[in-house]
Amino acid sequence: MTERLFEGADWDFHTLQRITDACEEVALKDLGLDVYPNQIEVITAEQMLDAYSSVGMPLFYKHWSFGKHFAFHEASYRKGLMGLAYEIVINSSPCISYLMEENTATMQTLVIAHAAFGHNHFFKNNYLFKQWTDADGILDYLDFAKNYVMQCEDRYGRIEVERTLDAAHALMSHGIDRYPGKKKLDLRAEEKRAGRRRQHEEEVFNDLWRTVPKGVAKSRSALSIERRRKLLGLPQENLLYFLEKSAPRLAPWQRELLRIVRHIAQYFYPQSQTKVMNEGTATYVHYRIMTKLHEQGRITDGNFLEFLGSHTNVVFQPEFDDPRFSGFNPYALGFAVMQDIERIVTRPEDEDREWFPDIAGKNDVMGVLRDVWANYRDESFIGQFLSPKLMRHFRMFHLHDDPEERAGIRVDAIHDERGFRRVRRELARQHDVGFIDANIEVVDVDLAGDRRLILHHHVIKGSQLNETDAKRVLQHLADLWTYDVALIEVDANDKVLREYVVSPRPIPAAVA
Amino acid sequence: MPIHIIDRRLNPGGKSLENRQRFLRRAKSLVQGAVKKTSQERDIKDVLEGGEVTIPLDGMHEPRFRREGGTRDMVLPGNKKFVEGDYLQRSGQGSAKDSGPGEGDSEDAFRFVLSRDEFVDLFLDDLELPDLAKRKIAQTESEGIQRAGYTMSGSPANISVSRTVKLALARRIALKRPRKDEIEELEAAVEACTDEDERAELVAQLERLKAKSKRIPFIDPLDIRYRRFETVPKPVAQAVMFCLMDVSGSMSEHMKDLAKRFYMLLYVFLKRRYKHVEIVFIRHTDRAEEVDEQTFFYGPASGGTLVSSALQAMHEIVRERFNPSDWNIYAAQASDGDNSYSDGELTGLLLTEKILPVCQFFAYLEVGEAGGSAFDLSDSSLWTLYERLRNSGAPLSMRKVSERSEIFPVFHDLFQRRETAQEKTAP
Repeated sequence: MTERLFEGADWDFHTLQRITDACEEVALKDLGLDVYPNQIEVITAEQMLDAYSSVGMPLFYKHWSFGKHFAFHEASYRKGLMGLAYEIVINSSPCISYLMEENTATMQTLVIAHAAFGHNHFFKNNYLFKQWTDADGILDYLDFAKNYVMQCEDRYGRIEVERTLDAAHALMSHGIDRYPGKKKLDLRAEEKRAGRRRQHEEEVFNDLWRTVPKGVAKSRSALSIERRRKLLGLPQENLLYFLEKSAPRLAPWQRELLRIVRHIAQYFYPQSQTKVMNEGTATYVHYRIMTKLHEQGRITDGNFLEFLGSHTNVVFQPEFDDPRFSGFNPYALGFAVMQDIERIVTRPEDEDREWFPDIAGKNDVMGVLRDVWANYRDESFIGQFLSPKLMRHFRMFHLHDDPEERAGIRVDAIHDERGFRRVRRELARQHDVGFIDANIEVVDVDLAGDRRLILHHHVIKGSQLNETDAKRVLQHLADLWTYDVALIEVDANDKVLREYVVSPRPIPAAVA
Repeated sequence: MPIHIIDRRLNPGGKSLENRQRFLRRAKSLVQGAVKKTSQERDIKDVLEGGEVTIPLDGMHEPRFRREGGTRDMVLPGNKKFVEGDYLQRSGQGSAKDSGPGEGDSEDAFRFVLSRDEFVDLFLDDLELPDLAKRKIAQTESEGIQRAGYTMSGSPANISVSRTVKLALARRIALKRPRKDEIEELEAAVEACTDEDERAELVAQLERLKAKSKRIPFIDPLDIRYRRFETVPKPVAQAVMFCLMDVSGSMSEHMKDLAKRFYMLLYVFLKRRYKHVEIVFIRHTDRAEEVDEQTFFYGPASGGTLVSSALQAMHEIVRERFNPSDWNIYAAQASDGDNSYSDGELTGLLLTEKILPVCQFFAYLEVGEAGGSAFDLSDSSLWTLYERLRNSGAPLSMRKVSERSEIFPVFHDLFQRRETAQEKTAP
């Protein structure tokens, strides 16, 4: 029998080291995980609150909205309305996991297995993260962003910078490339690029150019609309990118700020698409590791029971009529599907052979799971692997709520033979960011004429934008664009449902 | 694979402090409004107790494009009895609706906790005493003289005898200056001595001693020390607040209550600025007397009204007990505005000649009955008088108030920065 990792609830740094080594052994040998080097940091509750307010990152540029979130979290934490997470993990290399100091030894083990191996493996291997994030560069980039914002505040004033960042934040959810571009993001190079550009500007600066008389502007009417749109890369759904490249009157530093916000939004984009998978993976991994450690006799029965207690809380899924219900719990759903895949691979039933001919009875659980973790996101993962058995287990049903329908909300499908595929398709769609975020794109702008920027919102299923918020966001957009902005909501048949036109606010004279 | 385990617990905290300050700065007007509202609901005593405030999210809202309405599809867990094709009644956004986490519920208000200091700072932030900025150095701080050790040079008047003698003594002992009785003893011995040789030796010894005591003076210029003085700015860390109130029959309980609230707010304000604040209560009818607080607010009194009597009493008390160079003097007068007509001239004279020159601040608060708007009252005799004085340049602040809720705004207006106060004072 192997030596116990710890006794009771207390831990010290040697215990943490032993725990990590033991987890690593199971993770690498038994589960065949492939992880970034780990860095484990022990923090206090106050530091956890700090981390909350800067979206979990260890460093971030300064902005009032983070202060607002901090004040909010602090107030609800103090009142006991909110517990704090046991850990935060950062998709970076080395992969940084923050552990709360008040966790017991069992909880630390759970958290290390969960974050430092589960999430870590997912970050390193999932195709979305590989495609969109640069784990090596992110911390350096955030450092650059922080310093850059600070420099801008020194040079151009805090209020100016704040105005630009406010606008950029409002458009953050529409500052994302949804399809892979020509080249991979290299955040380290970003910093050098910004530096080189500044240097170049300083070198070639010559005040004389200002005095050179400008010729008559060339007539652009010759350019066909098609060509104009092509030149501007329209239609463009990445609003921040479009503004950065094409807004006529932005200063170079403002473009750089938009770029920073855009890069950060892009960095978080995969996380929003893989919530279920990410948590499911981590939960599955910690469950496997903890079970193994218990089998090996490295943790006691008592500690294992403590673990099972927290684990059960984490994967608890209230039913729809439960007051605690607030949608599907990504931990519960993800973990259930992972476990179900394990069952299908090792002990398939006839139904599974029919539904999952590729993996049923394949017997290589980790091989299948690693492939799943690498190549799917929530939408495709649910669409592919949610089994009838699981739908029956969760007793899923699909409601269709059409406001026009007088009779009420229709039950469209339930967990039966007729409904399995429809329920699964609908649940997958609920996890598709393409469906969750409003589909807004820049369609046209007449740069030679009145420079009005025209956007379209393609309304799906009659769900239009919230009016007050839309106006405010458009105001920000117009301020950056500095000319009128029109947003037209059109339905699938190109019928105009609603039109917003917003003019930019006059830029107030420099505030002392 | 090497694993780094790092203890971050000892890292300096307050990483979010900067962001929090930015947030407060941005939300300043909102938070200030909230603070003002909160403090109106509270007892004046706990007005500065810090704590939770609620601000409307409106100004601090971070807008996003978000969709709402339309046809909704949802997959839910926990089906118990539904079959395909069933219809559920819409029971007013019933259980089938999701609870809209995140943005949905954030519209109404935003609550958070201000520390006591943050609260007080915001509360008093843009209050500033009239002319205080100007007078800050001259009046709230005066030059004082303070002993600062000894010096080798100085005026004879400043010689420190004890220190000089002490040093001389030390020097005499160190250099072994013969003491006076030593010489006398030797002289006596010479006198008494019969033997020639011995006598010669004693005389020589005596000569040596005398020479030595001449060489080593009793007090050397080196010993002399003078007391050294330094001038230091001396903060006047004390203030006295005069509460003057008309207690004649025309003042109702309600009016007194208004006055009391104003005094308390003034007290809170002064308390924050000065280490030591004294309060003098002077009530008057047709004659004035200094009373304790209980009598001031609740003691019965009757008679006519002579405002000059109170001013006279205040002037005497200042002369006796509160030297204007040591005390910052603040006065607040509350009255319903009645004054005997013949008293006007004397009142004005006392105020401009005696009272205002020694006061940092003189506020006149005219209280009215509940329900009566302060603005449709015709000007009272006292108001007319004070207004005339003020128009001729006397530094007076004056206000009319008739509702409890008006107290704070009035106080706020009175103490606002000078420029804006002047524009607003005349109602």
